[in-house]
Amino acid sequence: MSNGNKTSDFETKLKKAKGLGSAHHGAEHWMAQKITALANIPLVLWMVWSFINNQGMSYVEFRFWLADPFNAVMMILAVISVFYHAVLGSQVIVEDYIHIRWFRNLKLIGQKLFFFALGAACIFSVLKIAL
Amino acid sequence: MTDTSQTKVPRPLSPHLSIYNLPLTALMSITHRMTGAVLALGTLLWAAFLISAASGEEYYKMVMYAASSHMGRIILLLWSAALYFHMCNGIRHMIWDTGKFLEKDKAMRTNYVVILVAVIMTAVTWVCAYLK
Repeated sequence: MSNGNKTSDFETKLKKAKGLGSAHHGAEHWMAQKITALANIPLVLWMVWSFINNQGMSYVEFRFWLADPFNAVMMILAVISVFYHAVLGSQVIVEDYIHIRWFRNLKLIGQKLFFFALGAACIFSVLKIAL
Repeated sequence: MTDTSQTKVPRPLSPHLSIYNLPLTALMSITHRMTGAVLALGTLLWAAFLISAASGEEYYKMVMYAASSHMGRIILLLWSAALYFHMCNGIRHMIWDTGKFLEKDKAMRTNYVVILVAVIMTAVTWVCAYLK
């Protein structure tokens, strides 16, 4: 990256830096990933444990189980934490491996919207059963 | 870089990823990403399950039927294995963040701990699932 001193180079340094360098949000991203990771541990273990206990439940039994305030809140928390963690993780993967600018941006925006939409559908489903 | 006109011979390249025999630590690292990507996709099945329960009995039964089929069980088994690997290796990442176990030999030894714990947790989960 030593083309900054060429006399034929009309681009300013700002133009080159834009969209490439640090946006000063790295620490927040990292911290959010760690906090959701930590939250995911008990939430997901609770989910696995519940699925083991709930196997073979009928439709009515399962809805009754999910309508319990504790289970409903735990399920909603699990959705929020896991989906947020998935948003952050998949963002890093795309940023690392996809270098075609338009495709990368399309994927970054698309998957973010995808996870938020899917998460909203999950939370609505829990609320519809529980309320 | 002292680039004089005499040294124009192509310089040797460091081993590229495609011909480099990855050490276990590196394999664990890429597996962490791959399991993460798989688990992110797995949210679709989780969503399908919750949405079906909210949509009506026939949809719930369809999802339950699919989940308890042979294919469904295999997918759930792989899913749980990916989950436990990602969880155990993620915990190791948190320990690494504190600066501990970063030395080469310790990183190598904790590789086996992560794999062992993930396998045990997967096994215990499925034994419990079948005993229940």
